[in-house]
Amino acid sequence: MENIVLKDQVCLTIPMDRDMELVAAKTGSVLAELNHFNEEQTEEIQLAIIETCINAFEHSQSEDRTVIIKYIVKADELECKITDHGVGFTPEDQHNSIARRQEIHSEMRKRGWGLEITKTLMDEFDIESSENGTTVSFIKRMAS
Amino acid sequence: MANKFDIQIRAEQGYAILETAGYLNDALGEQLSKEAQKLIEKGYTQLVINLDKTALINSIGISILIEIIEALEERSGTLNFCGLSATQERTFRMMAIAKYAGIFPDEKAAVANF
Repeated sequence: MENIVLKDQVCLTIPMDRDMELVAAKTGSVLAELNHFNEEQTEEIQLAIIETCINAFEHSQSEDRTVIIKYIVKADELECKITDHGVGFTPEDQHNSIARRQEIHSEMRKRGWGLEITKTLMDEFDIESSENGTTVSFIKRMAS
Repeated sequence: MANKFDIQIRAEQGYAILETAGYLNDALGEQLSKEAQKLIEKGYTQLVINLDKTALINSIGISILIEIIEALEERSGTLNFCGLSATQERTFRMMAIAKYAGIFPDEKAAVANF
């Protein structure tokens, strides 16, 4: 693992190995606590990081088998940018995948929740994907 | 790096409680599913899963909990959860688990609502 710490930014590279998402989540948790996020918001940030990392582990088909997590700390928010160098996906791929899962399972479908959970828990959410990889970005703002 | 987890089981008259500790991922989920299956085979169809000592859960772990719900439904059984954090409860509700299993603040309430 390589870590880069700047004044308001931390960058962490993790291997796509078992439970490495916990390393990314714990780092996010520490940064959230240092920035005075409450316990519930800190847990939401951890879960969003876990789900996004697992998604990259499972679906990116990345040859370098690493995920880069950039944490950007601002006065009242924490932004995470989670990048893999995998094959990427299009919005159509994502839509078809969700539609297929909904046909197979009822509303209590088992898999395919990761990015949906992240999107729901965070205040802003964005995906940039190409054949060179995918970056999922999200922002959590401090509760007023 | 191995994630440390533990499951404590308490079989009572007519129901059983499974108390987890550690990160609920695929590994703990599979272990939990095996223990629940053993209890179901012994005739326990009213189960409580206490997540009070599980601070983090991922969606793969939750998907295995859904399999336990389905196994109990086949025997007309019931699964009640307790000890969830606010975020965990929100995630369970998002994934529609709350429609098929009970969510209660503590073991006493979970057992009282079978």
